Amino acid sequence: MVTDTQRGPDGTSSATDDADLDALIRRVRRHIVRMVFEASSGHIGGSMSAAEIMAVLYTRVMRHDPQRPDWPGRDRFVMSKGHATPVQYALLAELGYFPVEELDTFRTKGTRLQGHSVLGKPPGVENSAGSLGMGLSFGLGMRLSARLAEADTRVWVLMGDGEQNEGQVWEAAMAASHHAAEGLIALIDKNGIQNDDHTASTMVSEPLDRKYESFGWAVRSGVDGHDTGAVEEALRWATEVRGQPACVIFDTVKGRGVSFMEDNPGFHGAPPSPEQYEQALAELGVTPEAQP
Amino acid sequence: MTTAPAPAATREATGPTLIRLHEEGHDIVVADADLGKSTSARLFGDRFPERFFSFGVAEQNMISAAAGMAAMGRIAVATTFAVFAEHAYDQLRMSVSQPNLSVKMIASHGGVSVGEDGASAQSVEDIAVMSSLVNFNVVVPADVVEAEAVIEAAIRTPGPFYIRTDRPKHAVLYGDGARFELGRADVLREGGDVTLVSYGLMVERTLEAAELLAAGGLEARVLNMATIRPLDVEALTRAAAETGAIVVAEEHLMHSGLGAMCAQALATRAPVPMEFVGIDNRYGESGVWHEVLEIVGLTPQAIAAATQRAVGRKSG
Repeated sequence: MVTDTQRGPDGTSSATDDADLDALIRRVRRHIVRMVFEASSGHIGGSMSAAEIMAVLYTRVMRHDPQRPDWPGRDRFVMSKGHATPVQYALLAELGYFPVEELDTFRTKGTRLQGHSVLGKPPGVENSAGSLGMGLSFGLGMRLSARLAEADTRVWVLMGDGEQNEGQVWEAAMAASHHAAEGLIALIDKNGIQNDDHTASTMVSEPLDRKYESFGWAVRSGVDGHDTGAVEEALRWATEVRGQPACVIFDTVKGRGVSFMEDNPGFHGAPPSPEQYEQALAELGVTPEAQP
Repeated sequence: MTTAPAPAATREATGPTLIRLHEEGHDIVVADADLGKSTSARLFGDRFPERFFSFGVAEQNMISAAAGMAAMGRIAVATTFAVFAEHAYDQLRMSVSQPNLSVKMIASHGGVSVGEDGASAQSVEDIAVMSSLVNFNVVVPADVVEAEAVIEAAIRTPGPFYIRTDRPKHAVLYGDGARFELGRADVLREGGDVTLVSYGLMVERTLEAAELLAAGGLEARVLNMATIRPLDVEALTRAAAETGAIVVAEEHLMHSGLGAMCAQALATRAPVPMEFVGIDNRYGESGVWHEVLEIVGLTPQAIAAATQRAVGRKSG
């Protein structure tokens, strides 16, 4: 848990050891599968692919305080791929932003846990999203505003690789470079699949690394997005970039953690069947009866 | 000896008003899409360069970035032309309207009175587009004096705004001082036979129409409905009850502008004969601004004729 008083000299926390982190990521994946199954809808694949990126960011690098979601000194996290709410909600609940039991309300009548991101619902969600391609712009505005106040607030923006199809992403990439937006950090969850199919057949956005480099960004690519050590190293690298925005491109597997979901375009936005649900939980190390 | 104020475009109020309001302590930042000289927002940038952000010719990024600044607690003003504001509709919806952030879209060159640049530059639908957005206040000042008051109200009022300003210099109606109040119609002329409702530079033409009608013995009340959303339903209902007929004149598509909103409001409250003077399912074209208004039928004579039709249908 990251709190103001627990932060180290670099403003981050190392409170979570490796075993704790691995256990947290397993719980997050179980929450994701259960939430989407119970809601009979939701986006499993792109949530599972981002589990390590999000967990490492929130427990080891990002400055935030679950007990004070409005703490002005916090870093900002912008979920630009606004359909991947399950991974964000699961993580925020696990970190104490709201009760884990509330995850059961995902996508149901009256819930704070809306299908796609809504600013302020629940506490810890910093932006509204669902139409893709807007988060990098939103994060740029946040960073420029923080810079105006001479605050070192970092702004982390998680995008998908399918999302790179959106023209606005490249408007933002150009503007971030123009404004030398140091402290704006783009994280690309490159799982190779978008809504209908693999990115290779729907719309090729590669070479992403050279595109961002040519737009004036510092880029780290080829990072294994499921190796927590590699993820942490890359995120720390991004915090040290000076004079320009930073982009980390993570190689990930859509549906990571459940064999039949991995690299399967069928699990972008569709829930598992009851049989698939039981198998998924078994693979994630728990039986349905053992669920909370 | 007093002289009438010089004609001015409402866009001329933008930069100077924002400068004054920031000097008075409002935490304003301005986002620009390469039209700062034309919108006059550049004047703010010249005075406060660190608070003026150039986003180039990229309105979608500008709007979402302005929303990000508003999410950090700033009052974010975004400026471009009305037609290019429409280019960022989904960003206004997703980044501004849904989270209800304080982004103030001040869009100049509204309507067909842009003139020579022709149809592509003339917004005939912006009021409909922006009025479709939840949480948005939509305001069109009638002159440069009212424009300053409108911008001040937008800065002082939390939440999203769309403010349409115009390009050509035209008469100052509020030479004695603005009376603008957000959400309240302003009665510019009293009359009991019919009510004429308008906004923007059509208010001046509506007042001319009232003069024409008065010469024929018909006394028209004239309402400046600068605030289109939230609509002053109370003033509208009272006008319908007291004058028995309503005419709406606007520099906008007739089927989707203030006229349609007024008709909806009155249908359940005080249905009376109505007429509409607006742009009938077409775009504008090139020409001097007042010529283009004539081409699309936005003249005092057209308003007077419509008024006669409405009054002719009054019962009793």
